[in-house]
Amino acid sequence: MRFGLSEEHKMLGEMLNKYLVANLDLEGVRNAAKVSIHHSPSLWDGLLEQGAVGILVPEEFGGAGLSMLHAEVVSETLGRHIVPVSFLGHSILAPLAIQHAGTPAQIGRFLPEIASGKIMYGIALTDVVANRENTRLTISNGKVSGDATFVIGGMAADKIILATQGTLILVERGAPGLEIEPLSSVDKTRDFAAVHLNDAPCEVLGEEGGADKAIETVLNAARINIAADTLGAVDAMFNQALEYSRVREQFDRPIGSFQSIKHILAEMITDIEPCRSLIWYAAYAFDEVPEEATLIACHTKAHMSEVAKHVNRATTEMHGGMGFTDLLGLHFWFKRIEVNRQLLGGPEITRHMAAVSQGWAPATISAS
Amino acid sequence: MELNFGSEYDDFRAEVRDFCNTKGKQTQRSSMRLGEHRPTQEVLDWQATLIDHGYAARTIPKQYGGYGAEPDIVKSLIISEEFVRSGTRGGIQNQGISMLVPTLLEVGTEAQRQKYIRATIFGDIVWCQGYSEPGSGSDLASLKTKAVVDGENFIVNGQKVWTSSAQFSDMCFILVRTEPDAAKHHGISYLLMSMDDPGIEVRPLVTMTGEAFFNELFLSDVKVPVENIVGERGEGWHVANVTLKYERGMIANPGASASGIRGLAELMEEETISGVRAIDLPVYRDRLLKLQGRSLANKYHGLRLLSNSINQESTGVEGLIVKLSATYLSYDIHSLALDVLGEFGTLYDGSAYQRHKDWMRQYISTFMGIIGGGTAQIQKNVISERGLGLPREPLVKLDKNGWELLRK
Repeated sequence: MRFGLSEEHKMLGEMLNKYLVANLDLEGVRNAAKVSIHHSPSLWDGLLEQGAVGILVPEEFGGAGLSMLHAEVVSETLGRHIVPVSFLGHSILAPLAIQHAGTPAQIGRFLPEIASGKIMYGIALTDVVANRENTRLTISNGKVSGDATFVIGGMAADKIILATQGTLILVERGAPGLEIEPLSSVDKTRDFAAVHLNDAPCEVLGEEGGADKAIETVLNAARINIAADTLGAVDAMFNQALEYSRVREQFDRPIGSFQSIKHILAEMITDIEPCRSLIWYAAYAFDEVPEEATLIACHTKAHMSEVAKHVNRATTEMHGGMGFTDLLGLHFWFKRIEVNRQLLGGPEITRHMAAVSQGWAPATISAS
Repeated sequence: MELNFGSEYDDFRAEVRDFCNTKGKQTQRSSMRLGEHRPTQEVLDWQATLIDHGYAARTIPKQYGGYGAEPDIVKSLIISEEFVRSGTRGGIQNQGISMLVPTLLEVGTEAQRQKYIRATIFGDIVWCQGYSEPGSGSDLASLKTKAVVDGENFIVNGQKVWTSSAQFSDMCFILVRTEPDAAKHHGISYLLMSMDDPGIEVRPLVTMTGEAFFNELFLSDVKVPVENIVGERGEGWHVANVTLKYERGMIANPGASASGIRGLAELMEEETISGVRAIDLPVYRDRLLKLQGRSLANKYHGLRLLSNSINQESTGVEGLIVKLSATYLSYDIHSLALDVLGEFGTLYDGSAYQRHKDWMRQYISTFMGIIGGGTAQIQKNVISERGLGLPREPLVKLDKNGWELLRK
């Protein structure tokens, strides 16, 4: 019996970590925040070399064919370094959508593109989870109309997968009737777009109305990997606060010797470590225990978000006025955590999904 | 990730399950609760059966009356799981068995082991623990109960508190100050004291549940033979900490809080408020879901610690957080149950209007976990100092000139 990361998982994380330490410092993050598309092609090339871009794509289509727990390690590392790349949409959600909904021919055409990392994929899921603007996509005769917001990786995308009731479709940048505009988020390390479709030509992945299961799978993968990204960011916030409590002196002693500070750090680590265990299990269950996958994925995202909220507040205030400045850059992690909390359903919504998945609630805000 | 324990353990589980099904006696919790009375003859007989099969005193060497198995936490976990699953009554649990016996095995003399271990694990000698004092709780090493040698005996004077089972115990393992001039951690000795001495007065300590699970001990010129010291004089602190090593090595059943959530969900499916089931009211349901999320996190965290232990991987801060996390979760689970029950949750003393479980008594009892064995605040010190490497709080003392800094 062995619960947790294997040597192989750890090595993957360490290699990626090493690459990011060498290639992305806080100045790099600041610069990435200034450009119009928050997806860094040079870091993307680095991730490609590390084998992370095609991590879930089966080997026969040019990918690494690895497990969700491997993907979790990558997401966590990207969150730790607040990396501005479209990993979630392109490398996790798009290939799962294609693999679970697409025909064999579509799988054979699209997955190699994803593994190559040269043609970028974005994905729009707001139509199927906690839709706010009542913007429903309508498909008829191979054309799609409607609007989608918070399209993940939408600005960098060459192709966008859109989910609507029970159906996944794909549209290509440049298609007539397709407009893409940036959504300026508080988190400048993420690429979000709004898209407007007016009789834009689209390709249905698999059969129209046959993608319910695929959409659930994509959402579960999103919940796990967003939680993993948050975990990495939370680790970074916690470690910065811990280090600060050792070096910052007031009243002639390190502030980390005050119990008021020590106890907050103790409370945070008491909450954080079980989240790590939960996320590992969620990634494992995604592959190996399908009957538990939705329940655990929903709880993982909700619980990680609640813990992260506390860590975000406590670590920021522990830095005093410095925590509020741009100088320290803490806010980049802060904002990434806040965005992850809301992305594809905040804690109340994902807990509701967890209730639905075990028959405790009717499916009033669900995908169907 | 490999969550199977392997076929050897499947066989072992089948063996335990078979024992529970064929020989298992149904749990009678009331007779098993801490601090009520001495084990009955029926309990003593059952204990002997359990030891004979290796389901109690499992790793105690045969020469001292135990079963003599190699320590194996997976087997211990399987025994616990199967006994709980089938409602089979477990072995006697008391502080003599959990704390004194491991201590004697580690640092006791051969004579002490021969004299006490067998009788303790079979339930013939009942022990109480004399550690805490009114002025020495979280700072236990400041204890003041003193012992001086007079001929063949230590003469003990002082006061102890929180001594569960003292009213029917035969013996007490007690920490006393024997070297008043030494630094506080180096002046303590660990003695084995007979509770028959006329200088001992036991007074029940009624808790907020209304019951007296604990006692106060008043000690006046109590005689303890000099050979009843465990370890050397002044080494009592070290001796007491030997036992803590065993406590830390024990791993709680990772699924423990899951049963709390199940009970809560059952309550919320039964209890109705103006005709609507509590679980159908989103304000209550979301609280249940929040607790379920925490419970799942703790469950898989327990599996991670178990895995570390099985694979002999070191466990750092992630092992120190368990008590704090689990005891607050238990408090919050019981709090929600009371809110679901509303006014009916406040009924007590077996009121005919009480329903479902005795949630109020259990709710109040969760403080035993939060406070006992090191308060939540002490746990946070342990986590931050031992787990995160932060410095200790400077020591201050009040004198006539105000607060004075003693340790920087």
